[in-house]
Amino acid sequence: MTGGEGLLVRLDNVDKVFKRGSEEIHVLGGLNLEIPKGEFLALMGPSGSGKSTLLNLIGGLDRPSQGTIDISGEQIDALSGRRLAAWRARHVGLVFQFYNLIPVLSAQKNVELPLLLTHLSRAQRKKHASTALDIVGLSHRASHFPRTLSGGEQRRVGIARAIVTDPTLLLCDEPTGDLDRKAGDEVLDLLQALNREQGKTIVMVTHDAHAAARASRTLYLNKGQLSLAPLE
Amino acid sequence: MAGPINWLSQVASVTQFNFLTLPQRKGASAAAIFGIAGVVAVMVAVLSIAEGIMQTMDNSASPENVIVMRSGANSEMMSILMGDDVRIISEGPGLARDETGAIASPELFVVINLPMRSTGTDANVPLRGVGREAMKVRQQFSIVDGRMFQWGLHEVIVGVGAQYQFSGLEIGSSITVGQEQWPVVGVFHVGGGLAETEVWVDSAVLQPVYRRGNSFQVVYAKLESEDSFQEYKDALTSDPRLNVKPMRESDYYASQSEMLYKLITGLGTLIALIMGFGAVFGALNTMYTAVSSRTREIATLRALGFNAGPVVISVLMESLLLAFIGGVIGAGLAWWVFDGFRAATLNFASFSQVAFAFNVSLPLLVRGIVFAMIIGLIGGLFPAVRSVRQPISTALREL
Ligand SMILES: Nc1ncnc2c1ncn2[C@@H]1O[C@H](COP(=O)(O)OP(=O)(O)O)[C@@H](O)[C@H]1O
Ligand SMILES: [Mg+2]
Repeated sequence: MTGGEGLLVRLDNVDKVFKRGSEEIHVLGGLNLEIPKGEFLALMGPSGSGKSTLLNLIGGLDRPSQGTIDISGEQIDALSGRRLAAWRARHVGLVFQFYNLIPVLSAQKNVELPLLLTHLSRAQRKKHASTALDIVGLSHRASHFPRTLSGGEQRRVGIARAIVTDPTLLLCDEPTGDLDRKAGDEVLDLLQALNREQGKTIVMVTHDAHAAARASRTLYLNKGQLSLAPLE
Repeated sequence: MAGPINWLSQVASVTQFNFLTLPQRKGASAAAIFGIAGVVAVMVAVLSIAEGIMQTMDNSASPENVIVMRSGANSEMMSILMGDDVRIISEGPGLARDETGAIASPELFVVINLPMRSTGTDANVPLRGVGREAMKVRQQFSIVDGRMFQWGLHEVIVGVGAQYQFSGLEIGSSITVGQEQWPVVGVFHVGGGLAETEVWVDSAVLQPVYRRGNSFQVVYAKLESEDSFQEYKDALTSDPRLNVKPMRESDYYASQSEMLYKLITGLGTLIALIMGFGAVFGALNTMYTAVSSRTREIATLRALGFNAGPVVISVLMESLLLAFIGGVIGAGLAWWVFDGFRAATLNFASFSQVAFAFNVSLPLLVRGIVFAMIIGLIGGLFPAVRSVRQPISTALREL
């Protein structure tokens, strides 16, 4: 199914409809998207346009109502819940909009979390997590708990947790949304470095043009479809 | 890819996170624990009454003892045996013997009224007329205070249970029988058995007071061995001169206590079920709160690739842990407060009081804890399932 060499993500004619009681919300309609390996893609669009929904579909957190999603040769919308969970653990790094760190675990333990789903030994898990924290520049905060970290630091712990399994695809939902300019820039620097130096394919949802400028390509979501320029 | 080991380690780690968050939910968790503890304490306490009565009846019975009453009599009080009957009964085959002959004790059984210590109101106390053989049949008999009554005198001895339960049975005081005052001269013990709730007197003294001539009501006899019962029974029941019903002592006491045991056990179970129903709702509420406060955390774990199964199980584990703690506290409380606690109840068969001690036995403690775990399981199941029923993307949107 996957198109040309080097194509990582392919969404084909994807619809997403949410049902809320008797009401149907058509969020995505006939959406097509191709993301080549190694791309840093920014997704923009007005609030409520379905950016998070699209990111969730790519990350296998949700299923399309219609259409297919193919990621490096795997048609993920056809996987069972259990296999999809295993697929996520292996291939996707998620940076959540609201951090979603586990409050009772230290930064180190939060980063180790996805490794519990691998066959790595305790010592290896520790080493991998330390490396990831090192990459995001937070080795000195390893034993801190989330509530004692600043927003930017929590965001970076979240990124460390997303990259610790060395995923194929890194998905970030508004990673700079609630950070000040300086902290936001640090996060963007980090994502850019991960993209350039480690070759990570990144999809970043943002409504900040300044952030989107760091990406290699920007797409706009509007009325359930993607376009190259914002609709006015 | 995700083998059983991986699955188990998921259960272990998710459960661990749950337990780490427990301190944040101290209040609700403690409420659930104590709710369950209360249910278990009440249940164990009530059932220990039934166990205690059973034990008293058990202690009363010796496997080698046989009790002979007139056929058709359901209790000693309703039986009558004439002097000739008693002689034939004592000559039956298979009885143990000593230098004075077969070990068979003809006895009288009447009830008198005495005020209970607890309420001050009068209740029935068995007054048993015995001969020298009575102590041979009941080998655990011993005088623990004062002395034995003298044969032929109007003196009585009282069982420890009777003395505990009724006032006016101290050594030196006297009881009213007919128009007379009979002094209490000693306190006896019979290994925790039913006879301890009785007052004993020489049967030869009691007969004329109740105008019994030389008749008795019951014969307690000791068999050569447990196995000679059938031979003895057959001989007595086939004897045309007799119209009697020999029973093993254990069967007799079992028949006496059966109704009471069933009633109390039934009542205890009913109370436990009603209270347990309430505790299930307490646990449900606690676990719903626990789960909903962690909706996003659970969704995060699932987004990272944790399976639904381990999440469900870990919520159940938490609920079961709370229930287990509650069960242990409740059972422990019941044991601490009630084990050995003495009380009395009416023996329906003879309408006299039976003293017994609450018996919080190990199987009962285990039953209490198992009951707690069932409450925890039911209380945790629905919240656990609910915690993963929501789609991840929806749960992640909740704040
Ligand atoms: N799980 C869901 N259930 C119901 N409605 C949803 C769900 N997720 C998103 N929506 C709706 O879909 C629309 C797009 O939401 P979202 O993807 O979060 O937008 P964005 O991220 O662009 O702000 C909104 O109207 C939102 O209310
Ligand atoms: Mg969004």
